[in-house]
Amino acid sequence: MAHIVRIVKNFFIALRQVTIGNKKYYCWLAFLSFFILMGVSAYIDQLNRGLITTAMRDQVSWGLYISNFTFLVGVAAAAVLLIIPAYLYNFKPIKEIALFGEMLAITAITMCILFIMVDLGQPTRVWHILPAIGAMNFPASLLAWDVLVLNGYLAINLIIVFYVLYRLSLGKEYKMSVVWPLIILSIPMAVSIHTVTAFLYNGLSARPFWNASILAPRFLASAFCSGPALMLILFQIIRKLSEVEIENRAIFKIAELIAYAMGINLFLLGAEVFKEFYSGSIHSEPIKYLYFGLHGKAKFVPWMWTATLFNITAFLLFLFPKTRENFVTLNIGCALIIMGIYVEKGMGLIIPGFVPDTLGEIYEYTPTMSEIIITMGVWAAGAMLYTLLLKFAVPVYTGRLRFELKKEKSEIRSEDVTAGSEV
Amino acid sequence: MSKRTRSNPLGIKLDRRAFLKGAALGLAGTALPLNKADASFWEAFFQKHFREMNETEIKKVIERLEKEYGQKYKKEIEVGNEKAIPGVLFGYGLDLSRCIGCRRCVYACVKENNQSRDPQIHWISVLRFKKGEKWIDLENSERYYNPAQVPEPGYFYMPVQCQQCENPPCVRACPTQATWKEPDGIVVIDYNWCIGCRYCMAACPYGARHFNWAEPNVPQEELNPETHYLGNRPRYRGTVEKCTFCIQRTRNGKYPACVEICPVGARKFGNLLDPNSEIRYAIEHKRVFRLKEDLNTYPKFYYFFAYGL
Repeated sequence: MAHIVRIVKNFFIALRQVTIGNKKYYCWLAFLSFFILMGVSAYIDQLNRGLITTAMRDQVSWGLYISNFTFLVGVAAAAVLLIIPAYLYNFKPIKEIALFGEMLAITAITMCILFIMVDLGQPTRVWHILPAIGAMNFPASLLAWDVLVLNGYLAINLIIVFYVLYRLSLGKEYKMSVVWPLIILSIPMAVSIHTVTAFLYNGLSARPFWNASILAPRFLASAFCSGPALMLILFQIIRKLSEVEIENRAIFKIAELIAYAMGINLFLLGAEVFKEFYSGSIHSEPIKYLYFGLHGKAKFVPWMWTATLFNITAFLLFLFPKTRENFVTLNIGCALIIMGIYVEKGMGLIIPGFVPDTLGEIYEYTPTMSEIIITMGVWAAGAMLYTLLLKFAVPVYTGRLRFELKKEKSEIRSEDVTAGSEV
Repeated sequence: MSKRTRSNPLGIKLDRRAFLKGAALGLAGTALPLNKADASFWEAFFQKHFREMNETEIKKVIERLEKEYGQKYKKEIEVGNEKAIPGVLFGYGLDLSRCIGCRRCVYACVKENNQSRDPQIHWISVLRFKKGEKWIDLENSERYYNPAQVPEPGYFYMPVQCQQCENPPCVRACPTQATWKEPDGIVVIDYNWCIGCRYCMAACPYGARHFNWAEPNVPQEELNPETHYLGNRPRYRGTVEKCTFCIQRTRNGKYPACVEICPVGARKFGNLLDPNSEIRYAIEHKRVFRLKEDLNTYPKFYYFFAYGL
């Protein structure tokens, strides 16, 4: 009993930690809150008027929300790219920062769930999809699988992160016997969240653009570019703003892995392009629409070529150690990858599944302001969550926050604690 | 511990599933806006899946719906619940050599099935093709043609609606089992169970599923009061709907509204299991094909050419 009281007390100590920061920290939180509130108000309007506030219609029944969901599943899955070198190959520099990657996975999955929620026509009925209390269509529906693997992956990461932080906060090493099985489990889980999400689209014979067996591998390859690229930028911010030490070696190693992943991604894209254009069957209409336009409608053409150009440039930047190990070109490469994959994986994948639609109609989808504001709100909520997680995790990680010692606690509250504040 | 500790003074047996359900719904309930806390909102919220309800529960739900609809539309609305007739498997035939593209079927369907007028929802799409062009891929069709007179020379027409697949991809896709195939072959939706994820729309190869992007709007005087729970009863915003072969009519021995209205007799309907039905006659005597046969959905909607070689 006393133990539980202590845990609860510790929880509140930790919670207080996230409210303490310097001016910059508060400004950042206010900045995010602004976008969250904008998003909430747009969402309330969407709830009142229905999804008519979006540009989605029967022809294109999924849009920006599901595009973002797909992109973020990839970001979440990418934590595994840190886990494998860290734990399977025992690469020390990465092992020390794998925790921050797992926290990013937690954030990304939370954002995925938010994107699904804002996309539902009847969000109050979401319990219908749950096992036991609802009527989950398992195993027939791939969406049911997705619910299971996403929540399973979220749970695993939450357990790992909070167990490790809890042990650290008590000033003890975490037990490998506890973490190891979870780590091992998280590797296939990370692969499966992305594979299942790919299968979600892949399994629909009605949509020839998605119904290609190369889709799941393409998903994984692009995920292993975009997620780690985002992490590289975050790691640099973390080490700049806090006392967390992240070795250059870790960053360069991850950049090297991104180069391989991007190489595979581009190769798979090439394979897809070859098959579609060389065979020239009716099934190539969506990819024609994407890259060249169809029947005079070509809204996505400039986007797709830019994204492709970004991805190729980033691949070259990461391929050569000279540019990979220069922080200017490294960061340019990361930004190009994030943007390139966001376009390729988002609207470059979801929208052409619906264009032309199953009866041959071309409906050109452009998200409405309301959709964009809600999307920005969800991103701001994700940034807020990651910031708060870091605000708590960083002092624990660096050993500044220890639950037992009362003296140190007061030290933490002094104004020099800005650890992990700006992300 | 003995097993007796599990009994309670009231002797109520609570299975794990019911307990979990109650607990989760209770928790979910606390998160909902309280100003909507009138009884019917909560009854609707807790409503079970249609196929999990027994007869009394269905009756209660239907009574509630009739009351709700009555208040909303200021007239008496009957929500039927006719079951599938044993030995009946509905099939539909469409004679492409007769269809003149007048779209009377589209609007008869809208009227009969209480589709939203604004925004417009049509369960039937009539595609127009140029004669002599490659047409079966639907890529070269036009949905929004607007001639002064039909039929137009040089064109032919192909109406598409729900094909009531024997192997429906939409049913497989639905994560909540809100849509299913009835014993008479009609694919239906429980509008009170659909969560509006629209995965079924992505899965449907025939563009047959339609979503209520806004509050469906049917003028009170135009509302058809004879409805079916799984068919044409008034719908909700944020749920998917589709053609049900006019379940409210066909289960009572009538033709679907589109068959009845067709001025050229291009539409045929009947029981596939009855060797003497007109649909069986068409299948056996005409040159029949089904749409997108390569997808193995096995539609029960047969296109045919009745005359001309």
